[in-house]
Amino acid sequence: MSTKVFERTKGLTKKPFHYCPGCTHGIIHRLVGEVLEELGVLGKAIGVAPVGCSVFAYDYFNCDMHEAAHGRAPAVATGIKRVHPDSVVFTYQGDGDLASIGTAEIVHAAHRGEKITTIFVNNAIYGMTGGQMAPTTLIGQKATTAPLGRDEAHTGKPLKVSEMLSTIDGAKFVERVSVHNAANIRKAKKAIKKAFEVQLAGEGFGIVEVLSTCPTNWGMTPTESLKWLEENMIPYYPLGNFRTPEEVK
Amino acid sequence: MGKILMKGNEAIGAAAIKAGCKYFFGYPITPQNELPEYMSRELPKVGGVFLQAESEVAAINMVYGAAGAGARVMTSSSSPGIALKQEGISYIAGAELPCVIVNIVRGGPGLGGIQPAQSDYYQATRGGGNGDYRHVVYAPATLQETVDLVMEAFDVADMYRIPVMVIGDGMIGQMMEPVEFKEPKKRELPPKDWATDGTKGEREPNIINSLFIDPQELEDHVWKLEKKHELIKQNETRYEEYNLEDAEVVVVAYGTTSRVVKNAIAKCEEEGIKVGLIRPITLWPFPEEAFDKINENAKGVLTVEMSTGQMIDDVKIAVKGKHPVYFHGRTGGMVPDPRDIVAEIKKIAGGEK
Ligand SMILES: Cc1ncc(C[n+]2csc(CCOP(=O)(O)OP(=O)(O)O)c2C)c(N)n1
Ligand code: SF4
Repeated sequence: MSTKVFERTKGLTKKPFHYCPGCTHGIIHRLVGEVLEELGVLGKAIGVAPVGCSVFAYDYFNCDMHEAAHGRAPAVATGIKRVHPDSVVFTYQGDGDLASIGTAEIVHAAHRGEKITTIFVNNAIYGMTGGQMAPTTLIGQKATTAPLGRDEAHTGKPLKVSEMLSTIDGAKFVERVSVHNAANIRKAKKAIKKAFEVQLAGEGFGIVEVLSTCPTNWGMTPTESLKWLEENMIPYYPLGNFRTPEEVK
Repeated sequence: MGKILMKGNEAIGAAAIKAGCKYFFGYPITPQNELPEYMSRELPKVGGVFLQAESEVAAINMVYGAAGAGARVMTSSSSPGIALKQEGISYIAGAELPCVIVNIVRGGPGLGGIQPAQSDYYQATRGGGNGDYRHVVYAPATLQETVDLVMEAFDVADMYRIPVMVIGDGMIGQMMEPVEFKEPKKRELPPKDWATDGTKGEREPNIINSLFIDPQELEDHVWKLEKKHELIKQNETRYEEYNLEDAEVVVVAYGTTSRVVKNAIAKCEEEGIKVGLIRPITLWPFPEEAFDKINENAKGVLTVEMSTGQMIDDVKIAVKGKHPVYFHGRTGGMVPDPRDIVAEIKKIAGGEK
């Protein structure tokens, strides 16, 4: 008799992803889908899809979905959550979306302690528009709008979103994870689950920053990308938990 | 229910709550602050939510979320704030969601001033947001009309799944007049079965969206919106008309300006000059049909605005070249003087223009 060892989560629809080969957006989608399914909240989940490579997230998550303008997902999520306080509301945002154009919205969602969960995909670049510099682009990292590599004197140092948000009281759960190998993927899933549990417990705002790859715009193979993430991103963006409320510890 | 004396901004809030509005997202700006302040006091009493957003951009996107979630929701602001809301208004129109937006207009451009103005006619009727979209714009002239239209705005928004803007100015917002809250005419409103309120495992997911990456799909979507716009033109266009059959001069004015114009018309009538009036109540759809009723002997159409001339574009389109179109305007927060309007009317009637 054969046993099923892997099953597509009910948290995702059957629609095939449009992501580039080796892009870790797909893994992160799966983790969120699995967590929603395991927590039994798909029927009351409402996701907010951003502008960015994950713009079609509304076709992938198997729950009610709402598109947002670039950077505005936390505001849209606020509107939804205030209307349906018993629902489970999440945003899924890239680093251009959240850390550049949408800084006001994310900071103030955290500041209000908005009871939503944000999945923040940090791939250190603008993926969808073709590899421009993001606030998270590393020093020396090449981007189409930083052809010689990011220069600190010209554009400053990469923004550490988790560190920044963890100074805000309303942000009850803040953790940075990575999906570059199996062990870290397991940890990432745990963190995502906790972030949703914080919402379910009515504690406040929760965010999981997920370090992610963009082989296409980094100009690397998927394997090289995973290695680059580990060797370059993690030293600058240390993994770990910044805030957890007692209740879910 | 009898009449009660209320301040404009508060009357708007009261009308919205009477119409079942439960959610309000806004950001402070003069001269509309009494409205969010009223909502912050009153909405919690009816189990609703008032939330002061971090910006107008955030406020309108909160409205977008709440509208998608199926709620009756409103925001208000004044000119520079409405400029920031255009992004969200375009998304809301694109995703076909209902909401009500109040603009208590102040003078511009830039930070401008805080006194009454009508210099946002283009912004309201052309839309500062991107794309092929329209939204309804009501321009009440009295507080009674304001509360009537605010209440109706929620029904119209729900009926057509479209944003509805109610435009006033500091005069409407700040003045006190007696108002009575009357139920708007009953409409058969479609169920909000598209709302993101959770599938409860009982239906397929609902998706609120304005993205159509396939150009054919986007074209189909935009033409569908346009068909809806046509329907709104047919069913919802509103205006007040006066004496168009035998007027020598017809004046066109809306909102606060129309009140001044009415004084000027009365003065002219005392002197035996026959003056007509077209007062658009909907700025979009613009009441073009009213202009077909102007008698062919009229000597001219005078547009009076608190701007350097914005509605006059629509007046010219509606007049179809049948009469000369003249303009009188004050701007920057200055209100037209009825004596100046009388003088303009006389010039046109006397063939001086
Ligand atoms: C107001 C606005 N400005 C710019 C854009 C163009 N745009 C689309 S996606 C994007 C950046 C996406 O980058 P990121 O958020 O890092 O997500 P990724 O694509 O890397 O997943 C930009 C600038 C837009 N859609 N709207
Ligand atoms: S462009 Fe980059 S982030 Fe976007 S799907 Fe491709 S690999 Fe992923």
